[in-house]
This record gives sequence, C-alpha cells and structure tokens, in this order.
Amino acid sequence: MEQSSEKAMVSRRGLLKSVAAGGGALAAGSLGVHAMGNMENLPPNVADWSKILGEGVDARPYGTPSEHEKDVVRRHVRWLTASTESSINFTPLHDLEGIITPNGLCFERHHAGAAEVNPHDYRLMINGLVDKPLIFTLEDIKRFPRTNRIFFLECSANSGMEWRGAQLNGCQFTQGMIHCVEYTGVPLKLILEEAGLKPNAKWLMPEGGDAAGMNRSLPIHKALDDCLVAFKMNGEALRPEHGYPVRLVVPGWEGSMWVKWLRRIEVGDMPWHTREESSKYTDLMENGKSRRFTWVMDCKSVITNPSPQSPITHGKGHTVLSGLAWSGHGTIDRVDITLDGGKNWRTARIDGPSLPKALHRFYYDFEWDGSPLLMQSRAIDSSGYVQPTKNELRAVRGINSTYHNNGIQTWHVMKNGEIENVEIS
Amino acid sequence: MLKFPRLAIAPIACALWAVPADAGKLNLGREAKPVEVRAWDIDVRPDGQGLPDGKGTVSQGDALFQERCSACHGAFGEGIDRWPVLAGGRNSLKSERPEKTIGSYWPYLSTAYDYIYRAMPYGDAQSLTHDETYAILAYLLHMNDLVGKKFELNKSNFTSIRLPNEKNFIDDPRPDMPGRNMATICMTNCKSDVKITRRAAIIDVTPTDEKNPSASID
Ligand code: HEC
Repeated sequence: MEQSSEKAMVSRRGLLKSVAAGGGALAAGSLGVHAMGNMENLPPNVADWSKILGEGVDARPYGTPSEHEKDVVRRHVRWLTASTESSINFTPLHDLEGIITPNGLCFERHHAGAAEVNPHDYRLMINGLVDKPLIFTLEDIKRFPRTNRIFFLECSANSGMEWRGAQLNGCQFTQGMIHCVEYTGVPLKLILEEAGLKPNAKWLMPEGGDAAGMNRSLPIHKALDDCLVAFKMNGEALRPEHGYPVRLVVPGWEGSMWVKWLRRIEVGDMPWHTREESSKYTDLMENGKSRRFTWVMDCKSVITNPSPQSPITHGKGHTVLSGLAWSGHGTIDRVDITLDGGKNWRTARIDGPSLPKALHRFYYDFEWDGSPLLMQSRAIDSSGYVQPTKNELRAVRGINSTYHNNGIQTWHVMKNGEIENVEIS
Repeated sequence: MLKFPRLAIAPIACALWAVPADAGKLNLGREAKPVEVRAWDIDVRPDGQGLPDGKGTVSQGDALFQERCSACHGAFGEGIDRWPVLAGGRNSLKSERPEKTIGSYWPYLSTAYDYIYRAMPYGDAQSLTHDETYAILAYLLHMNDLVGKKFELNKSNFTSIRLPNEKNFIDDPRPDMPGRNMATICMTNCKSDVKITRRAAIIDVTPTDEKNPSASID
C-alpha cells in the first residue's frame, strides 16, 4: 500500500518533469494519457462501456471508488515519526470538493495505533464529582436523544512543519490534518446530567480506550455547551481509526481533545495537566514561555486546487480556483484571493452551506494568461478575525511553537502550470 | 406501496440543540461499582490526587528502565533514532532547536506518572506495577539531574518534587495578532514589490537525507 502510493507520487512527479522539459508547447492539455485518452473510446467511436454489461449489484457490497481514483488516498510522511502507530497521515484535500470529507479519506492521528474495539464489550464510565458513577453500554448511549451536526476537526499541529519556512510540497501535507464530517451523537450534557454533576464540578477528563489511554482536561463550560458523544460519522458507524464505536466531538477545538474510543470521563475540580496538554500540545514561545490550554482553532483558509499535487494542466484560459476556509470561532464571513502575491485582492464566492465550526468551500474563477502567479487566500470569520500571514505569526510567537499555525499559504504557479509551496516578502 | 401519515410539521426553533435540553433523568446506564471505578480510575493529578501507594529507588528504576524502556528511549533516556528523548535538554528552550524532556520542559511530575503508567512501555500499556512506575520515575528524575542516585520516590514525597520548568507555562493569551481586523484590511495596491523568500525545502516529501529531515510533527 505504502509502496504503491509512493510510486504513484513519483510517477506524477516524473510526469510533471517531462511536461516541464517539453516547455510551453506541451503545457496545454497534454498532461499525458489522461487528457489524450484512448482514441477507440472517443467520438466518433463508441466506447466499450457503452456496449457491454458492467458489474452487477453486490459486486462490491461496500462500494469503493473507481479504479481511476486510486491515487486519492491518505498519505503519511515516513521519516516524520518513529513508528506508524504513533503517527499521522493527511487528508488529500487537493482532490476533494464540497465541505464533507469521505470517511475513508479523513486523516488519522494515533498515539498507539487504531484500537479495534468490540462494540458488545464497549463501556463508557462516568466517575468523579458526580452524584452516581455510571457505566453505559453502546446501546445505552444510542437511547439518549440524538442530534446531527457538521464540524471540522483539525489537529493543532496542522501546518506545524511550516513554522520554519516552506517545507512540504503539497496541500495534503501542509494542510491535510483536517476533515469535516456530519456526526450523529448525544449531547455530552445529557450524559453528564444522567450521572448528576456535583456543584464543584469544573473540569472533565475524557480518556481513550486505546493503548495510549489518551486523556485531556476539558473545562465544564465547553462540555455543557456543544460537545457530543458521537457514534456515527457521515451516517455510518465511526471508522476504527476515528474511534469506533464512540468518540468525543469538541467543536472548533484542537483535534487531540476529540478523544477516540472513549472509555471514561472523570469529573473533577481542576485540570489534570496530562502529557497531551503539557509535553505536547503546548506552544513554546521565543522567550521560553509556553502557552497551555490553547484549545480553539483560529480562522484559516487554503487554496486546495490548483496546488502542488494538482497543477494546472489545461494551459491558459478559464481556471477554477477551489479552496477551504474554517474557524473554531464560528462561520466564515469572507475569503479574499490574490494572484499577485498580495498586491491586489478579490473576494471569493463561498459556495454551499455556511455552518459554524465547519469547513466552508470557496471558489474564484479567473482567466489564466499563462504567466506565473503567487496565489494566496485570506479568510475572515464571523468574529471579525482576519487570517494572519506566517510572518505576522512568527513576529509574535517565534518559530518553535509547533502548533496553531493558521498563517496564509502561498502557492507559486509557474508558466508550465507546475506549482510549488513558497513564502514571499 | 408505502403510505406516510400526514404530519403537521412545526417550524423548528433555532435553538442550539434540536433535542430536549431538559430531558431529565432517562434512567440509562447502571451504577459503576467501586471495584470497577478503582480499576479504571488510573489518572494522577499535580496535587497528588490519584497517586497509588508504592515506592521505588533510582537503582531499581535503572534496572527496570534498561529492561523495559531503553530499546527505544536509550539507556539514559537520550532516545534512539526518532524515539522520544526523556532526559537532558535543560536551558534549550530558547535555542534554535529546543529539546523538550521531563527535566527541561514538563511542568509536573504527576504527568509522567500518569502517562507512563497508562501508556508505556509502548505496545504493552498498563503492564507496570505501581512500585515499578515509582522506581522508573526515580531513575528518570536522576537522569535529569533532579535527584541523587540513592533517591527513593514514594507516595508521600511525590508532591514535594517540583520540575524546573513549571513556572514557564502561561494560559492562552489569544487573540494575539495586533492590527489584523476587517476595518484595516487592504484590497488594492497593497504592496509594490513581491519576492519569493523561501521555497519548499522538501520536494514531494522525499528528503534526500532521511536521517536529517528538517521538520517534525512533535
Ligand atoms: C517500542 C518503543 C518504546 C518502548 C519500549 C518504550 N517507549 Fe516510551 N515512547 C515510545 C513512543 C513511540 C512514544 C511517543 C508516543 C506518542 O506518540 O504519543 C513514547 C513516549 C514516552 C514518553 C513521553 C515522551 C514525551 O516527550 O512526551 C515517556 C515519558 C516514555 N515514553 C517513557 C517510557 C518508559 C518509562 C518506558 C519503559 C517502561 C517506555 N517509554 C518504553 C516508545 C517506546
């Protein structure tokens, strides 16, 4: 799997190289076989698929994408971590549209691999400062009143590698620690009320059932506001890698709080300062101070396509620029686009639902004249916050803060349509 | 043929939750027995809440660490290959390459107890006894030059040990981006000259020198 995806990457790169070598003449509509096609399938001929029977129903009881889409997969960066069980992979944002991420493409982040939990043996314990400690089965959880909500989940280390400058060439790798799905679940508030909170209950400690026992401190006001105990994503059961059978949903807040394989919630009167909110997920400033409990994911946007893994292959002419914007504080009010490195900006069109703490899809259509571009997007959220540049962030936070890099991304479009990750003055 | 009853659909109020907010008790779940809670309640807090009875010395911890931990973290906690470093790094936090360890970065010792007992050794979680966890922690404190080699860590002296970086943690001060608001945002002729200052160092994520990549997710 890993090997074949790496090969796919290499060949795409080779393809680009050959386009580059061929120069301008090759650029327009010539990115190899795909654009050219097989003459026997093209008019005036009639393709085989128009003559013979296709697969019957149930050939794939659980549907899978067309074989032509096999490169649209999560990918990880092998040298980044010591083992794949304590690692991350990335959502292929450059190949996706709309605001909903398909379950099989939602990025994964594990600290001890993806636990395989038997739903019959699943238990959720609530203990600590409650009137009555409780244990729920999965069936119990499904008997609470349900709700359906769409939220993005972003790892606070998304773009973390870019603090020191442009590093990775691909929207998938620089921005792909994010996904957005529809969750079905129970308001956490209802589950806590069932146990009865003591008056001095101020913090919760959700804990995962994986071998990392992932635990974080969650302030009670957030828990009672909009957190969910979810058991479905995009209509079907959570995937094992996303916490099957039950995960916590903490809208707008960093992904590591969305505890997967949720096995226990302890109620307390002060935070725990767990490893994942002290050694990790704290933001080291230049003066040696570290920010802790940096929960909210600030407003951010990125042009997903065109981008380094999705170059412009059609040459000059009408071009669709597609991107994503989001904010942990609410909805997105506006997204601006520049093609000339920030000299001039135009407002993009937000298309589709605009929901709080969910991805927003934006488009900007333009005529490409074939000259180099420096493309950026800049989002403004419903609180009036404007997405900063990377240098503005560095001026305040230095380069060692690892997390919460919501700076503006620049893509350099070259004459041949290839695109690279750059930073500009 | 399917028949649907005619429903009078009431307009749904724009409430945060479309579910009953005051559903009252639903009598779901069952009471957790004290023995069940004790077995699962393994967390430890900085004030010592959750600390179990137990004790262990640096030398006991040394032996255990070599057997259970050193294959990944190195004999002295220095970390092998890309496995985490657990000791050293003092005074590195303001440098170009900070090294975050229990001694140099972590604010509380309880965090290390809580984490090691719940998650280590990697892939064999919750296999250490409490005495073993105390002993390994004593050894890690010693490797971080915080206690002498005869030291014993136990439940009663635990909270008297303070880690050097505790005072350097501050609460989230965001919003911290001055002057970025809608009123001052420029749309035309915002700058005269634009230059590319940096390019992606790693093309297509295949570094030429796998041993020395210039990025990490931490
Ligand atoms: C097979 C390799 C391996 C072994 C053996 C191992 N660890 Fe780890 N350790 C890891 C990995 C991997 C992580 C990071 C896990 C993650 O991503 O959350 C880690 C993390 C840690 C951390 C947190 C580091 C930090 O900076 O946040 C501590 C402390 C730790 N281990 C202690 C131990 C102790 C004590 C033992 C022996 C009882 C042990 N480990 C055995 C692989 C190992």
